[in-house]
Parts: sequence; C-alpha cells; structure tokens
Amino acid sequence: MAGNRLSPDIIAGVPPRLAVKGVSKRFPGVLANDNVDFAVQPGEIHALLGENGAGKSTLVKIIYGILRPDEGTIFWNGQPVSAADPRMVRRLGIGMVFQHFSLFEAMTVLENIALGLDEAGDMRALAARVTEVSRAYGLALDPHRDVYTLSAGERQRIEIVRCLLRNPDLLIMDEPTSVLTPQEVERLFETLRQLAAEGCSILYISHKLREIKALCHRATILRDGRVVAECDPNIETATTMAQIMIGEELQTVTRRPGGGGGKTRLVVEGLDQRSTDLHGIDLQNICFEVKAGEIFGIAGVAGNGQSELLLSLSGEQLADHAEVIRVDGQPVGRRGIDARRQLGVCAVPEERNGHGAVPGMSLVENVVLSGHHRLNLLSSIFIRTAEARRFAETVVAKFDVRTPGTGTSAGSLSGGNLQKFVVGREILQAPGVLVISQPTWGVDAGAAAAIHQALADMAREGAAIVVISQDLDELFGITDRLAVINVGVLSKALVTADASVAEIGLLMGGIHGSDAASKQESVHAD
Amino acid sequence: MRIRIEPRQEASRVLLYVTPVLAVALTVLSGLVLFVLMGYDPGAALYSFFVSPLMSSYGLSEIMLKAAPLMLIGVGLAIGFRANVWNIGAEGQLTCGALAAGGVGLALWGQEGLWILPLMCAAGIAGGALYAAIPAFLKTRFDVNEILTSLMLTYVATLLLSTLVYGPWKDPAGFNFPQSRMFTDAALLPILVEGTRLHIGTLIALLIAVAGWVLMAFTIIGFQIRVVGQAPAAARYAGFSRNRLIWFSLLVSGGLAGLAGAFEVAGPIGQLVPVISPGYGFTAIIVAFLGRLHPLGIVLASLVMALSYIGGENAQVEVGLPQAVTGVFQGLLLFFLLASDFVVRYRLRVARATTG
Repeated sequence: MAGNRLSPDIIAGVPPRLAVKGVSKRFPGVLANDNVDFAVQPGEIHALLGENGAGKSTLVKIIYGILRPDEGTIFWNGQPVSAADPRMVRRLGIGMVFQHFSLFEAMTVLENIALGLDEAGDMRALAARVTEVSRAYGLALDPHRDVYTLSAGERQRIEIVRCLLRNPDLLIMDEPTSVLTPQEVERLFETLRQLAAEGCSILYISHKLREIKALCHRATILRDGRVVAECDPNIETATTMAQIMIGEELQTVTRRPGGGGGKTRLVVEGLDQRSTDLHGIDLQNICFEVKAGEIFGIAGVAGNGQSELLLSLSGEQLADHAEVIRVDGQPVGRRGIDARRQLGVCAVPEERNGHGAVPGMSLVENVVLSGHHRLNLLSSIFIRTAEARRFAETVVAKFDVRTPGTGTSAGSLSGGNLQKFVVGREILQAPGVLVISQPTWGVDAGAAAAIHQALADMAREGAAIVVISQDLDELFGITDRLAVINVGVLSKALVTADASVAEIGLLMGGIHGSDAASKQESVHAD
Repeated sequence: MRIRIEPRQEASRVLLYVTPVLAVALTVLSGLVLFVLMGYDPGAALYSFFVSPLMSSYGLSEIMLKAAPLMLIGVGLAIGFRANVWNIGAEGQLTCGALAAGGVGLALWGQEGLWILPLMCAAGIAGGALYAAIPAFLKTRFDVNEILTSLMLTYVATLLLSTLVYGPWKDPAGFNFPQSRMFTDAALLPILVEGTRLHIGTLIALLIAVAGWVLMAFTIIGFQIRVVGQAPAAARYAGFSRNRLIWFSLLVSGGLAGLAGAFEVAGPIGQLVPVISPGYGFTAIIVAFLGRLHPLGIVLASLVMALSYIGGENAQVEVGLPQAVTGVFQGLLLFFLLASDFVVRYRLRVARATTG
C-alpha cells in the first residue's frame, strides 16, 4: 500500500497530463474561479479540495468542457485545448463521474452504458467488454440488471465502468462518496488506486479530509475561487487542511451530553408507511423514542427511506394509526402537518428549493409558509406582513444569511444561504420536537458549526431533536444516540459514544446484529 | 460570433409588464400586413378597427359593456391558473349561470320587487359554480384532468340551453322563434348612462376585480393559491390542502363566469336565446394571461379585448372586413403574448468566439 501512496515524480521534459493555467470564470455577482493554476501528473491521484461554493464544480465543468473560461487555458499533455465541448473532451481521454448519476431507472445496466457512449456499437460485444472491465477493476456489476434494483454504490459503478470503457487517461470523480457506505468507499478507493497504478490520472473532488488523506497524492485547496495552497495530504493533518480550506479557526460545538433524565417527548412505535413514490421505500415497523434534551441521529445511505420517514414524522404523510407517533404523550399519527406544528413539531426537509421553501417567493413569504400558525401571522384571513418581515429579519441576522434583503426571492439565494434560512426559520420557532434532514447540507464549515451549536442549545433548552444525515462525522459529532435506516428498516438505537464507524457502516449496508461478524468477512473477500 | 439563448437568473420584472404591450403592438402590426394582403386600405381598416370605437361615447360604452364579462371571468380564471387549476370551461359555466338566472327571471315573470335581480345574480353564481363543481369533483376524487372535463362540459351546457329555448322555455307568443319571453323590468339590470346599454354589471365587475386583487395579495387564501401553483411540495409542507384549493378555485371561477352569464341575460340580451356569449369564456383565458394573471392587469386586458369585439363589428360595417378578423386578432394576440414570454425568461446573447 505504501508503494502507490508515493506521488509520481514530475519527470523532467514530460508535460503534466492536465494543466490549468490562469483560469477565471465570472458569473453574475460572483467570481467563481480567479486565476486558478494547477497540474495533474500521469498516474497521480490529485485532490481538489474546497468548501461548497469554493469554485470546485465550476473548475471541473470548465475542464470537462461544459463551461468556457473567461480567461486562461487548459493544457492536455502540454497542448492547449481550445473551444472544447464534453464530447471532444471525452475523445481526448477524460472521463467524469458526476455526483448525481444520469441513469434511466427502468432500463438495464447495459442499456444505460450504451446510451452514454458517443457511438453506437454491437450490444453483445459491449456486454462482454462491460463484464471484462468490471472484473478487471473489482466493480461487480451484472449488465442485465434493471437499474432501479441497484444500490447507489452499484449505480456509481455503472458510471465508472462507462468511463473506463474508453480507457481514459484522466478520470474526474466529483464527490463520489456522498452516497456510499464506509465499506463501499474502501472498495472504491481500491479501484482508484489500481487505476492510478496503471497510469491513469485521477482528479478527486471532495471536501472530506479523511478520504483525501487516505487516497490522494497531492491536493490543491480552493477558497473563494482562488488556489490558496497546494499540499501533500500525507504530511498535512486533517486540521491544518481544514484551516487552510476554511481560512479561519474551526469552532467546536460545546454541549453538555444529553442526560437520560429528560421526559420522553417523541415516541415512534411500529410505524409502517407505504411510499407514495413508485421507486420510493416503504417504512417497516419503525420504533424509536427521543427524550427532552436529546439529539437522536438517523444515519443511512441516501434513498433508504429517510425522506419517507421525515414526511411521516412531520405530518405531511399521515400514519395509518394515531398511536404510532406520540408527541408529549399525545397520539398525533393521524394529525396533519399544521396540527403537529401547533403541538410543537417542526421539520426541515432535505430539499429546500420547492419543498422547504418556495423559490419564487420572498423570504418574508417563505416565513409565512411554515410559520403562519405557529408564529401567529394571521389576523382572520389577512397575512400580517410586518410581523413576518420582522421574523425574517431575525432569521437573517441570527443565522448570518447573506442576502440583499428579506424581499429577495428564496431561489436567488445560494444553496448554503437558503439552507441557513430554512434551518433558522424552524429553529427560531422554538419547537419542542425538531426533525431535521441534512442540517448542514451545502453550508460552509463556519455556518455548519453555527447550526450545530444552535441544535445543541435547543436540546439544552429541553427540545427533542431528530437529525437525519448521511454525514457520519456530523452524526458522531452532535448526537447522543443514533440508529441506521436501511431499506425502510430502522436499526436498534446505539449510544453514539459507544458506537464505531465500522459498526454503523455495516448497518448502513444492511447487515444487522449477530450476522455482522460473519458478513464482515465476505464484504472484504468480495 | 454566435447568438446564444441563455436562461435569465430571475425572470425580468420589467419585461413581464412590457411584453403585453409589445404583444398588442405586434398584433396591430401584423393586422396591418394582413389587411394589405387581403387588399383592403390598411389605414382605413386599422382606423375603423382600433380607433373609431374609441372616438364616440357609444363606442366607449359598448367597450365597457363587453369588458364586464371578460373582467369577471378573467379574474376568476386567473385565481385558478395561479393554482395550476386549468378551468377551460368558463364558457359552459357562463351558459349555466345565464340559464339559472334566466330561469329565475322567467319564473318571476311580471312580478315586481327589488329582490328579483339579486336573486337572479345569486342563481347565476350558483349555476356557474355548480357546473364547475363537476370537474372539481372529478379532479379531486378521481384525478381526472380538469382541462378536458371543463372544456367538454361547455358543449353540454350550450346544448342544454338550446333544448330549453327550443322547447319548454320558448316564448308562447314568439312566432316559434327559439327564444324565451323578454324579461320584465324588475329582472333587467339598471342602466348607468342614459342612451347606452352600459349597465351596473360593469361597476360590479370592477369591484370584484379589486376584491380579487386583495384576495390574492393580502390573504392567506391567495397565498395558498400561489404556493400550490409554484411549488406543490412546499404547499404540502405548509399544510395547505391541494384538494380544498382545487375546489375553491373552480367554484370561484365558475361562480364568476355564472355571474357574467346572469349579467348578459339580465343586461344587453334581456331574454334567453340559444347563444348567450360570443365566446367570452374562451376569450377571458387570453384576457387572464394578457393581464399577467393579476386582477388589475386583467381590467386593462379586458378593455383591450372588448375593443377587438367592437372594432371587429365596426370594421365589418365600415370597411367590409369579414367577421372572422376578430377571432384572428384574438388568436394573434395570444400567440404574440406567449412568444414574448420567452424573452421574459431567456435572453439572447451574442457570444464572442472564445478560445481555450
């Protein structure tokens, strides 16, 4: 392992595989990339590290030919690449695996791969090549399976195989691990190391420092669109890299661990829920309880019933029986979201645009959206706009929402800022029970710390908080107890302080209790 | 040099209000071309179509008269359109409202009393709302597309009206013409300006437009309608019931269309005849969009569309243009409006060819 961790040397006279020189890109209102320089050597795994909004995605889109730079040039093996489009870039030998997969659920693996190729070919030959490539790189994949039956990890393999079929010299991976279990991440890293050893360069985009330390030879760190450092992740510590990435000292959340002394505020007992979505997940016999002052975490790979669970807890979906969800002793399973809000249950859904907020409406109107009753914003049928504006201003001030004003439409805020607004709007309604999905999705580390602190403070005041998150670091950082959801089934709750990442990882992969030990073997043997 | 189409970050507010004017201008311009191609003197044709109705007090009163039903129906439809409820059957609801109001007028024929007119209006509203309840029920209960049901029910309503005026409601002293008796005075709307047909309905329509604006801009009901139309998932999150809003917007738009029908029979027509409306229910769809689904914009738009009716009649008499020109103009207007919406959401950019 130590062998392929060494950075390939820069061989004199041989140009880097990819060089980015002086690239700038301006969007209305922001300078997304500001005179960016960096280079990737042949066979190197190069990390592009930065917070959300640091300009990583823009840079990658420029390299992949989706965007054109305003200034600057991309060099491929020493030759300038001019007026590129993705098809041309692919022909050069650059492949990209996007964060969000573009797959047709109702088609087979093979059909999806064929659709992604630029030129049509013989399907039988293609199937043989797919099997060959997937075997060579340990990417177990059945070409004839329907995509909707596959896990996120398997779907990602389709995208990787699709790239590998054209023997790329550079593979771009955009946040590839956000949907994977820790074990799947390890397997992906094996594949990437093997590719690098064969001479393929890899540009690895992430903000997860541990992964970068484990995988990458070199790292370029972006902040506010500029390259602020280039470093060797093997030498730097995660903390030093984080500080360079953020540009300031990280604040740690201070909280007194929730004692078991509080009264039980939320009880879920035997919740079954059929999903209304065709490819959704049915919830099966979900049981857990959260006490006052406690933060309860729900881990899991995306798409395992988290959104269904949030809808059931918030009251957007009614349960079949009132008794299966109880808040402060009151059965609320058959009460709608508005009634539950008045009983003190607030929720932050995962999707902000169009679910937690109406993009085309102002921040003031978006306060009315969830606060119309709880914040007493109505006098008979008329909306008390002045009150709503005052509340919106408080949210903007307390949660550092960067916006020209409260009259701005929610859709024009950046993802992180809108997240801060939506989270702040619910927290400041002082709910007794808060259900929050991906609380820090897309916000910078400073704001994430502020949100975590706000949740901790709420818990101290006696609220019961459920945090649904895919980010294990976050869950380990702030929760008292946590459980894992997998295909609509919730595991037994573990005390966070006693749980290990490996244990949670196995649960995320659907391996429970006693068979965990035996299955662990097979996971590694696979 | 390349011309590129780019989506705007936010729809341009200025253009949102400029484009309806632009659409009207383009319609006039293509009218000009059309008249030339048809061999008419374009100056005279345009003058008689667009200008001369505005030059006489009679013309102006007729425009306001015809604007009333367009305004009423347009305001109602716009509420539904904002909630993504596409009631295309206002024409049928107008017919049913006219039927109900006319039925009351005939039943109370010859009686006196100030209560007769309000009763007819109430019957008109009820008739239109009940007729719109059919698509509302089908939509909320069985998820049947309201565009189809409301549109198809229009033809049922007109046939129902014909059945009645050709049959049981036919004037016994009317030489077998397919029309009812003329209503007595107590069942006719008071005239606003002596010597014209302009009745009190226009004033009521204006008041209702203002009420519609207050409803949409300042109340939680209007807020719910806008949220449901823009982001259905956010509406569920807010706890707003989609079904209740479907019922609300169909009943309101149906009721207002029914009231427009009542105003027609108790106003300029004064009896029940086989054809109550020259397509007000359909034209009001254009009015709603031309007015940007804003009740006050709809007031202006309904005046413009009313002009196209009067102008069409005028040009027919003065220049001999075919009556179909009115329909052509209304269609052109909608076409240009939809086309110009493109520039509200997108912009054209001339991109320099860049390298690297």
